[in-house]
Amino acid sequence: MTSDVHPRTDGRGTSAADPPADRPRTRASGSTNAGTVRRSDTPSQPDVSADPAARAPAQRAGHDLRAEGLSLAYEARQVIADLDLHLPRAAITAIVGANGCGKSTLLRGLARLLRPTGGGVLLDGRSISTLPARELARTIGILPQGPQAPEGITVAELVRRGRYPHRSWFQPWDRSDDAAVAEALTATGIVDLAGRRVDELSGGQRQRVWIAMALAQEPDVLLLDEPTTFLDVTHQLEILDLLLELNRERGATVVMVLHDLNLAARYADHLVVMRAGAVHATGRPDQVLTEEIIAEAFGLRARVVPDPVSGGPLVVPIGRFHTTPPDHDLPH
Amino acid sequence: MTQTLRPATAPAPARTLRARVLWLGIAAGVLALVIAASLALGARDVPLAVVLESLTTPVPGDNDHQVVLQQRLPRTLVGLLVGAALGVAGALMQGITRNPLADPGLLGVNAGASLFVVLAISILGVTAPAGYIWFAFAGGALATVVVYGVAALGRGGATPVKLALAGMAITAGATSLLTLVLLTNTTALSTYRFWAVGSLAGRGAGGTADTIAALAPFLLVGGLLAFACTRWLNLLAMGDELARGLGVNVARARGLSMLAAVLLAGSATAIAGPIAFVGLVVPHLIRPLTGPDYRWILSFALVLGPALLVAADVIGRLIAQPGELEAGLVVALLGAPVMIAIVRRAKVSGL
Amino acid sequence: MTSTPALAPSHGTRAESANAVRRIVGELARRRRRRTFAVLSVLSGLVLALAWLTLSWGGNAAAVLDYAATLTGGGEGIGDFRIGTLRLPRLLLGALVGASFGIAGALFQSVLGNPLASPDVLGVNGGGSFAAAFAIIALGLTGPVVGLAAFLGASAVATAIYLLAWRGGVAGYRFVLIGVGIAFAINAGIGYLLTRSAENDVRSALVWMVGSIGTPRWEQVAILAAIVGALLPLVVAVRRRLLVLQLGDDLAGGLGARVEPARLTVLTVAVALAAGATAFAGPVAFVAFVSAPIARRLLPGATPAISASALVGVLVVLGAEFAGQHFLPGLEVPVGIITGAVGAPYLLWLLATGDAQERSA
Repeated sequence: MTSDVHPRTDGRGTSAADPPADRPRTRASGSTNAGTVRRSDTPSQPDVSADPAARAPAQRAGHDLRAEGLSLAYEARQVIADLDLHLPRAAITAIVGANGCGKSTLLRGLARLLRPTGGGVLLDGRSISTLPARELARTIGILPQGPQAPEGITVAELVRRGRYPHRSWFQPWDRSDDAAVAEALTATGIVDLAGRRVDELSGGQRQRVWIAMALAQEPDVLLLDEPTTFLDVTHQLEILDLLLELNRERGATVVMVLHDLNLAARYADHLVVMRAGAVHATGRPDQVLTEEIIAEAFGLRARVVPDPVSGGPLVVPIGRFHTTPPDHDLPH
Repeated sequence: MTQTLRPATAPAPARTLRARVLWLGIAAGVLALVIAASLALGARDVPLAVVLESLTTPVPGDNDHQVVLQQRLPRTLVGLLVGAALGVAGALMQGITRNPLADPGLLGVNAGASLFVVLAISILGVTAPAGYIWFAFAGGALATVVVYGVAALGRGGATPVKLALAGMAITAGATSLLTLVLLTNTTALSTYRFWAVGSLAGRGAGGTADTIAALAPFLLVGGLLAFACTRWLNLLAMGDELARGLGVNVARARGLSMLAAVLLAGSATAIAGPIAFVGLVVPHLIRPLTGPDYRWILSFALVLGPALLVAADVIGRLIAQPGELEAGLVVALLGAPVMIAIVRRAKVSGL
Repeated sequence: MTSTPALAPSHGTRAESANAVRRIVGELARRRRRRTFAVLSVLSGLVLALAWLTLSWGGNAAAVLDYAATLTGGGEGIGDFRIGTLRLPRLLLGALVGASFGIAGALFQSVLGNPLASPDVLGVNGGGSFAAAFAIIALGLTGPVVGLAAFLGASAVATAIYLLAWRGGVAGYRFVLIGVGIAFAINAGIGYLLTRSAENDVRSALVWMVGSIGTPRWEQVAILAAIVGALLPLVVAVRRRLLVLQLGDDLAGGLGARVEPARLTVLTVAVALAAGATAFAGPVAFVAFVSAPIARRLLPGATPAISASALVGVLVVLGAEFAGQHFLPGLEVPVGIITGAVGAPYLLWLLATGDAQERSA
């Protein structure tokens, strides 16, 4: 029955007067956020979510993912308590925060890899805990941190495994799967590597293979946990450009945990700053990346100057041995 | 090193020097209690005062003194040596293979020793347990050398997975041959089945001292070598490449650690027969107390290995009176629940 | 450098280049399928050759052909007894046992992600052995009841491992470690039984525990065939899930696999196969352990290699059977003794040379 290849045509995203219904909810959750983070200048979320949609004439409406009162725990250790978060559709969201503040945990919760101890995650208004696993996997894909490839697996083989949620006992491999794999390999630029063994590749190549696997899954929402760790700066930009392209050309919603604040500011439409298991601030990068918030969330003294390339905020950490030079414009 | 990588919020176990020394002191106390129990308890309980007396001022005709000096003291000593050797060897093996399942048995020591003992009984007609020693030692050593040699041959050298697979393969082959001999040779079966359950008692009856004296050099060299290797093991634990980058000759480090393990485990098996579990479980008992530093793991193994084995021996004497259960059986029967509890509680994956 | 993404430089030819990529991917998949097919064919050929050799050994080729003719309505009945009653059931039972252990080992090792995690290392087969030894030595039983005891023992141990490893989910390493712990305890139990009983009982228990096919009746073949036949569809069904489980729990979950039920299904099928085979032949040593690593070294990539493991298992058991019957004149050696003695050196040889082959492949 679901023999159509492209989940984007499944009409769920555009169905039912959904979008109008949730705009106000967005605003509501934005204001509760502001309440919890003690910040008066409420990041105007509706603006943010409208922005990328305006830039990218989205081929599809995208999906709406939000956490409501979400609590997550490992065994007895509570990591995230009563967290509200709205992820703008068809936008790139970066989650930043100090080590151990619960970023990865939140990502795992959003992908239903952790069962919430309270609250829940809503996809287009439906709780994801009630969705069939495979249906959820066709909409939300996750790439965890440091995935391990089975020994001896080839690139093509690994990418093909991303097709799992589209196949079933009654739907054997068909041309649409080949097409998705081919597209994923092309988009990540690893066609030449298709026959190589994953364990023989360099770190940057390997990361592209994993992203290709996630692309072959064809999710509308892609969650990535530090997709650029261990990569040199060229490869970091390459991966992020790739994700940006994915977002702009196909309207995919991208949510990623990033460590590099400046790359996050450059590539994200929407920034989520976390601190100690809670959302500390959300909004457009230029609204959120202020010296004050950085000091609060990271305990880091920093200057924020305009990025000479993008015009967005550029965070320049100060450290112990340097002080702010008197001349703001010429730090030399 | 690794602790600093933990997020500050995680309740890291206190592994300061003081905590470790404290734990080591507690472990030593436990060992002392176990030794006292081993000398005092059994088919005929001897009061501790009499035990002390027998050690300081033995009276030749005294029954209690006889029991303590001629039966319990030797088997306690055997337990101490064998337990320490197996505990240290197990920690070494787990470090070498980076596999929490590794123990001397897994890398072929027990199977090789058993095969040679059976061959000695059936072909050469050796029947006195004292005669087994060198066959057991040679068999164990040979098996391990083959395991290491095979694993080191192919591309990539002796990787943990290849070592473990080769060890299991040798065990498989040796066990097959051994069973063949046992089924065709009645003498071998009747003698071997009693040797095969490791025990601290009656090993080289009357010749315990000789046995220990003969193997002491190997135990000593193995022990010293083991401690010399700890620095390398700490680096190997972080992966071959990182270790190589930090200046470790990985092949040599692994080879020497293996040699130490063979000397220790081979001697232990020669003295007491194949005793499973001590080498496997002792490192797992220790890691939560010490963290991943092999210098501490080995130090603790020197104390907790003997404590575990001697305690098993005492329990075996007490629960099956008037007979007794061999220490090798008790260790496995009691060790399994302990290990399961540890596995369920801790995150043992951190190797 | 050379691998910088050439992201469809000219958009006009994008459809064309997509087709080219699809061809490349298709070609790779075809090549892998060809290699898999070749390996499976060679293994099947070897199995058939070995089967022929086993049946016709000792100048019985004519009898085999005659028996085959009987099955299709002709023949003169000269092969009825020697082939139809003695050799064929034994051959078939051996093949079924080999395939069961081979598949069980492959499933265990793949789903637990540890090459050491086979039913014989984790105490599942040991549970069978202990139960059988107990039945023989302590209860004085003989015959099929011993097999039933072994089946129950193996299943009980597997269940115990799973339940003990459960802590809001069964992590692979926890299952493996607990399995090894239980295996040690069971071996101690067997050691106790063996040192506390009469030598004759010990011998028969030993023969049973080492594994032997003996001279089975057709009913026994039929029962095991029915068990394996019932489980095979399940094996095929879990294979796909196994592929994603190999990627780790998080990725498998993210791809929409229900990790815990999938793992439980795989383990249940594997245990049923191992326990079933154990009931009829005893825990034939190391077939489960050795088959999958051999199969995986023959095949490219990272598949669980289930069919190849099954065939390797059949080869190992039949080869060991043949060697056991004919190599030592006047002495019939139980199959379990030879499997270890044959499988072990071969695995060692693969370990020492295998990687070089994989590279050139």
